[in-house]
This record gives sequence, structure tokens and C-alpha cells, in this order.
Amino acid sequence: MTSHSPDIAAPPAAGLLARLASGKLAVLLVLALLVAVPPLFFPSGFYYRVGAIVWILAIATIGLNLLMGFAGQVSLGHAGFLGIGAYAVALLPSRYGIHGIAAMVIGAALSAFIAWVAGRPILRLRGHYLAVATLGFGILIAMVLTNEQWLTGGPDGMRVPRLVLFDWPVRGSDTWYWIGGGAMLIAAWLALNLVDSPTGRALRAIHDSEVAARVIGVDVARYKLAAFVISAVYASVAGSLLAFFDGHITPDAAGFLRSVELVTMVVIGGMGSVVGSVIGTLVIVVLPQTLTFLSDYKHIMVGAFIMLFMIFLRAGIVPSLAALVRRRG
Amino acid sequence: MAEFLQFAFSGLTVGAVYALVALGFTLIYNASDVINFAQGEFVMLGGMATVFLSLAGVPVPLAALIAVAATTVVGLALYKLAIDPARGASAVTLIIITIGASIFLRGVASIVFDKRFHSLPHWFGDRPLTVAGASVLPQSLVVLAGALVIVVLLWAFFERTLFGKAVLATAANRVAAKLSGIDTGFVVGFSFAVSAAIGAVAGVLVTPITLTSFDVGTLLALKGFAAAMLGGMGHPVGAVVGGLVVGLLEAFGAGYISSQYKDAMAFIVILAVLFAMPNGLFGRTRIERV
Amino acid sequence: MSVVLEADGLGISFGGVKAVDGVSFRAEAGRILAIIGPNGAGKTTLFNMVSGVYLPKAGAVRLGGEDVTGMEPQVLAARGLSRSFQNLQIFFRMTAAENVMVGRHRHEARGVLAHLLSLPSVARQNRATRAKALELLDVVGLRAQADIPAGSLPYGALKRLEIARALATEPKVLLLDEPAAGCNPVETEELDRVIQQIAQSGVAVVLVEHDMKLVMKISSRILVLDHGRPLTEGTPAEVRAHPDVIRAYLGGHGAREAAGV
Ligand SMILES: Nc1ncnc2c1ncn2[C@@H]1O[C@H](COP(=O)(O)OP(=O)(O)O)[C@@H](O)[C@H]1O
Ligand SMILES: [Mg+2]
Repeated sequence: MTSHSPDIAAPPAAGLLARLASGKLAVLLVLALLVAVPPLFFPSGFYYRVGAIVWILAIATIGLNLLMGFAGQVSLGHAGFLGIGAYAVALLPSRYGIHGIAAMVIGAALSAFIAWVAGRPILRLRGHYLAVATLGFGILIAMVLTNEQWLTGGPDGMRVPRLVLFDWPVRGSDTWYWIGGGAMLIAAWLALNLVDSPTGRALRAIHDSEVAARVIGVDVARYKLAAFVISAVYASVAGSLLAFFDGHITPDAAGFLRSVELVTMVVIGGMGSVVGSVIGTLVIVVLPQTLTFLSDYKHIMVGAFIMLFMIFLRAGIVPSLAALVRRRG
Repeated sequence: MAEFLQFAFSGLTVGAVYALVALGFTLIYNASDVINFAQGEFVMLGGMATVFLSLAGVPVPLAALIAVAATTVVGLALYKLAIDPARGASAVTLIIITIGASIFLRGVASIVFDKRFHSLPHWFGDRPLTVAGASVLPQSLVVLAGALVIVVLLWAFFERTLFGKAVLATAANRVAAKLSGIDTGFVVGFSFAVSAAIGAVAGVLVTPITLTSFDVGTLLALKGFAAAMLGGMGHPVGAVVGGLVVGLLEAFGAGYISSQYKDAMAFIVILAVLFAMPNGLFGRTRIERV
Repeated sequence: MSVVLEADGLGISFGGVKAVDGVSFRAEAGRILAIIGPNGAGKTTLFNMVSGVYLPKAGAVRLGGEDVTGMEPQVLAARGLSRSFQNLQIFFRMTAAENVMVGRHRHEARGVLAHLLSLPSVARQNRATRAKALELLDVVGLRAQADIPAGSLPYGALKRLEIARALATEPKVLLLDEPAAGCNPVETEELDRVIQQIAQSGVAVVLVEHDMKLVMKISSRILVLDHGRPLTEGTPAEVRAHPDVIRAYLGGHGAREAAGV
């Protein structure tokens, strides 16, 4: 599992300590610290805001990584599911009086169902054909959200009613920072669980050799579909949380650029690495924020950074650095 | 009937541009297996550079020439500075690099040029001709003729020149091409340059009709990629047909069904085609060897 | 002995060229059937059809008496057919043990939800699967390399890893495609032992192999293919003596080698 899931790579000779340090719990601990420590140094509420966005989007990235990094299948339309989750919590409470949490669950169920139905034919395609099919699929969802004005408010989007938990209206960037961080940790825990299970092994096997997986009894289509559905649910939940947090959503949440952004986060952080997904999200969300002082030059720098990261850390930040440390140590 | 012709003409016009973008995708893909999502930026650069050079007083034809040349250099630079250093990286890593490049180029364009929409004068005036009741802009014919010339030139290059054959050989089998003494690195660089030039020409030709701005590249790359896949990746004829089909689908979809869902039309058909023909219209089904 | 796998007049062509044409064979439990023939004779293609990787254009495959022609590989695996590959199909990013653990897939509980939640039963099952995998690695002599990423194992070891992985499915029929290719004499010796041990456990083994010494020694029957067509079939002694075989395939060097056994 070494290069493939660098989070929990443990060469046997490295001893008990190293094994502990690279186990599932250690990964979760690292992520928990990543959530818990920075607020001690936050000079303003704005940082909570950016942090909340990072943790929430990281959920979608971790999910997409299960599909891309483990099963080896690309999706250029995953923001579509982000959109479904977001509009579910915008529409269902305001129109039908459904509770926010229930709306989120319904959104996730709908995403799962759509992924399950659409995934069957789509996942039969390979490589770039799969990419263009998922791209088209995502665009169709974004287009419905843009054009069905009577339902979604059209391109201007719509307001999202505040989430109320037991009479307690959830508000404030700091609150959402902790909710997002907690949800991200749960998402990471689930993903890490999967890695060392029959499902995880089947997915990783498919990534390396589909035909070998099949002749030893792995139903490749089933597992690709499972990964697609799971990643759709991850994206949907992230979309719901993002919508609650923002209080307003537009069809851009489901757009092509968002999908590309998610893929970039997965690849920059490192395919197959759960920590990588979180780091990749952090980089892509925070980078433009730290570069705002460059105003118009911001995008140039973002583009340049993406290219530099990929040229010099081509396996992604976390796996590349992990390999570097291993070579030194 | 007039209406039908009207839609057909506008569909073919945008379709020709998609076809050129798809051709750019195909050329680079065949030489290097890279899917270049910065392909749309070449179209943008061609149009925008021409606009700003002509605003600076350079006569439009000369401005267009300089713009195409400059874009070609950008294409080469993209290869030399970003793709070549990442040689051997995975396909998805290379795709992300080209996405980074497209963000970068868009950023540069928004500063070197500006963020407004611009147009260029029509080559033969903007008085529509009437053909069987449908009105056609002369510039549409220029776009179609330009696309045709490029396709013919490319065909002649591949079929009639030794270097063209070397490019084809590289596309067919990179290792074998290398062993037989072809400088495959040069071939890939050349493909980036030609793709950039084709994109820039498309930008110059179509800007009088569709206008241009720093961010038109994304959508064009998306449509061009879709067109290339519809035709069958790596298949030049497929790319041209794919581009025209996507353009026509959009025009008829917008005309007869719903202008809001015109992009949906194209993608629904692409999905349907791929479900029936997983390797596109012209791609051959190959049984994977194990 | 009981016939477990039966191929009947199998044929397929690529771009109009018949790669395999009218090939039949029967594999019996506990026996080793060898399929030999020069490169390009269609041996691998035959395996691909039998294991469901390719859809045959003609003929039928029967497994345990039932017609399984055109069934998917994973369905055939569930019915007890597994194989190795001539061109390695290793899960390079997983450890040796994990490679074999995937082979246990069809014997594991496959509820994705339980896996996501890492229920105690999953951990228990993981331990059992790993124990079984280590056992099989022991059989092929790779126990010591269990936790090494497959990508960093030598070629000969990977060949044996594929066999362990295929065995993990507990097959009734095992197709081995050139397992000794690229192995040194010591490794080949080891392979010889392993394959015989597998057959002795009651598995029907179909072996494609170029190492004539190995083939002549351990097979009970040999099928010779040439240009996609069966040339002859018989016991090692019969095949060795067959004039067509000597002329068409074994040639000078091979004939001497085969005769010398
Ligand atoms: N997927 C495929 N596409 C095209 N030709 C193939 C394919 N698989 C096998 N062939 C052809 O079938 C013939 C038999 O090949 P193969 O079965 O690999 O031979 P062997 O394993 O006996 O060396 C060869 O001519 C080979 O080129
Ligand atoms: Mg073979």
C-alpha cells in the first residue's frame, strides 16, 4: 500500500513506533491537530471563514479521491453533486418545511440515486471518454439549476434558510469552522476505513489492473459504481454544508470550474492520499486568499503555482514529500 | 426551410471553430498523449492580440499575422516550460498542468489586455447575404473557408511531406518512431506550435462574429474537447466532424427546442453516442491485449 | 478422472486473421495439461477466451459440466476458474500480501457499508484473510516478502505472486500462462514443485509454458498449437515422438532438449 495510500504506509522494519505513527489513528490525529491548532493563532474571524470552507470542501475532495485515487476513475462533473446537495438544503426547507438536516440527507440520497443510475452507463467508458461523459453529466446538472428559474432562482441563485438544531440557529464562521472540521474528520475516518477493507482492496486492485481483478472474482463494474456513489454522497454533503454556511447559493457551485477545481485539489494533494486531499484543498482555497494583495496578478500566480506543484511534486504534495522524507530518513 | 438554413449556417460557423479547437486537441494528443485544456486560450490569444495590436494602430491583417505568430510562440513555450519538464508524469498530472497553464494565460490576458469584450471589423463588411431566404454573414463564409483551408493544409502536410509522415509515425508508435531516428521531442513541440497557430487563426476568423474577451477560452476548450471525444480521440477527421456536429446540435437545439438548453443538446447527444459507441464516432474498438 | 474444464472448438479472429481456430481440450482434476506452441500460436488468446476476457467467436467453454461461454471473468472466478498472466498483471501499488488478499475477495463479506464503518467483523475478517494470504505466500516461497510493495519485487517473484493470488480464490481450474518465463533455474525448480503440489491438491491445471524440460516432466497430457490450430495432442512421450511437432515447433534445439528428458 506504500505509494498508493501514503497515509498509512508502514514498512515492517520501521518498528512499532513508526507503524503507530503511520496508522489510521495517526492520520486522524494529524488531521484533528490541523483543525484544532490554527484557531489559536487566528487574528480575525475571516480566518475561520476560510478555514470552514477548506474543511467542508475537503469532504468533497476526499470523496472524489476515493473515485480517482483508489478506483482510478476520473470525474470532471463532480460539482454536479455538490450542487444537488446545496440546492436540496436551499429548496426543501423553504418550500416544504423540511428540516435542514433531513434536507441534507435527502440531497445525499438523491445524489446517490442519480450517481447509481447515471454511473452504470458512464463508468463503462474509459479514460478520456469517461472524462468527457462526466463533464457532460455535470454540465447538464448545472444547466438545470441555471435554467429552471421557477425552482432555483436561476443564475442569481437563492437564499438558504439558516440551519436550526434543537432551537439553536447555527451561525457564525467560528461555529461553522468546527462543524466543518468535525464533518471532515468523520469523512476522513470513513475513507480510511474503506482503504483496508475488501472494498478498498478491490478498488486499489482495479486501479492497477482491471483484468487481474476480474479473473480473481472482483466485480469491477460494481466497485466502480460503489466508488462513484460514495463520492457523490461526499460531494452532496459538502454542498449542503457549504450552502448552510454561505446562506446563499448560485449554480456556479455545480459548474464546470468547480469540478475542475475539485480534480485539481485531489491531484495536487496526491491521488490516493486522504491527508493529501485535505492539503490539496487547503492549498487551492488558501492560495488565492493569500495572494489577494497581488490583486489582478492573483490568477497568474495561482496558475503558475499549479504548474510548478505538478512539475516538481508530480505525485502530489503529500506522497511526494512522504517519499522524500523516506529517502532521507 | 429558410429557418432551417439559417440555423444550419450559424451551426456550421461555430462548429468550424469547435472543429479547429478539436483538431488542436487531436494533434497534441496524437504526438504526446496530453489532453491540452489550454487549447481554448490559443483561440482567445489570437483574437485578443489582433484586437489590441489593431487598437495600437497596426493594420488588421498585419496584426493578425503577428497575433498568430505570438500565439505559436506561446504554444511552444507551454511545451518547453511546462509539459517537457514533466515528461513521464501521469496523464492526469499533465492535464492539471495544462489547466494551470490555462488559468495562467487567462490571468496574463486580463492584465496585458483587459476584461472587456472586443470585436474586429468584418473582412467583407457586415451586410448579410441572402441565401434561399436565410441571411448569412460574409464573415461566416470566411470562417468556413478558413477552416477548410487549414484542414486541407494539414492533410497535405501529413500526406505529402516527409516531416508530416514522421509526425504520423510518432502518433502511431512513439517507441518505434524514436528507434527509427525521429526526434519525437521535436515532433511534440511542433504539434504544440501548430495547435496554437490553428487556435489563433480560429480566434482571428471568428472574433468579428462572436466577439472575444480574456475568458472565452474555457468554454471553447470544453466544447472542443467534447467534439474531439465525440469524433474519437486522436482521429483528425473525427475531430472535424465532431466539431461541426456539436456546432449544428447547438444551433438547432437553440432554434427549435430551447436556447437556454443549447449546450445541453450537444452533451446529451455526446452521452448517447458514447453509450452506443464507447470510442466515439470514428474511433476503432480495440480489444485490450493482456 | 473427472473433466472439470472443457473447451470445444474455440475460435476467434482479429482484423480478419484467425488467431485461434477450432481448438478443443479437456482438463481433469488433479492433472496438468500443458499447451505448447511457438510464439503467436494463440495460447494466450485461448486462455483469454476460456477465462472470459475475450468473447469467443466460435465454440463453447464448459466448466463443471455447465456451458459458461461468454460469461464474465468474475463470474467464472466465482465458479472456480482462475489464471495467471504472461504479461504480469500485478497490483503494483499494493504489498505482496495485499495482492493475495484481493484473491480472497470472493470468500469475504462484501457489504460496503460495513467496510465504511469498519465494524469489528471487518477487522476480524481482515485478520483471517491475511492469515490465509500469508499461508499461500509460504506455498510459493514469498512469505518473507509479504509486506513489501509488489512494485519492488523481482520478476520471478511476481510470477509466483500471481500464482498465489490465483490460488487464493480456491479454484477448481487454474490456467498458468508461461509461469517459468524469466525465471532462473532455481526459481523454475521451485515452480515445478509448486505446480505439482497444486495439481496434487485436486486442481485441474492448464499450463502454457516454453520450458520443455518442465513441461515434459510434470504434464500428464500436452496439446500442441500452431498458427492457432491444434497440431496434435497426447502424452509427453507421444508428443515428443510426433514428427510434425519436431518439424513445426521443437526444431533442432528444442527436440534435443525434449528428447533429453
Ligand atoms: N487483442 C488482440 N488484438 C489483435 N491481435 C491479437 C490480440 N490478441 C492476440 N492477437 C494476435 O493473435 C495471435 C496469437 O497471439 P497469442 O495468443 O498472444 O500467442 P501466444 O500466446 O501463443 O504467443 C497473434 O498473432 C497476436 O498478434
Ligand atoms: Mg502468450
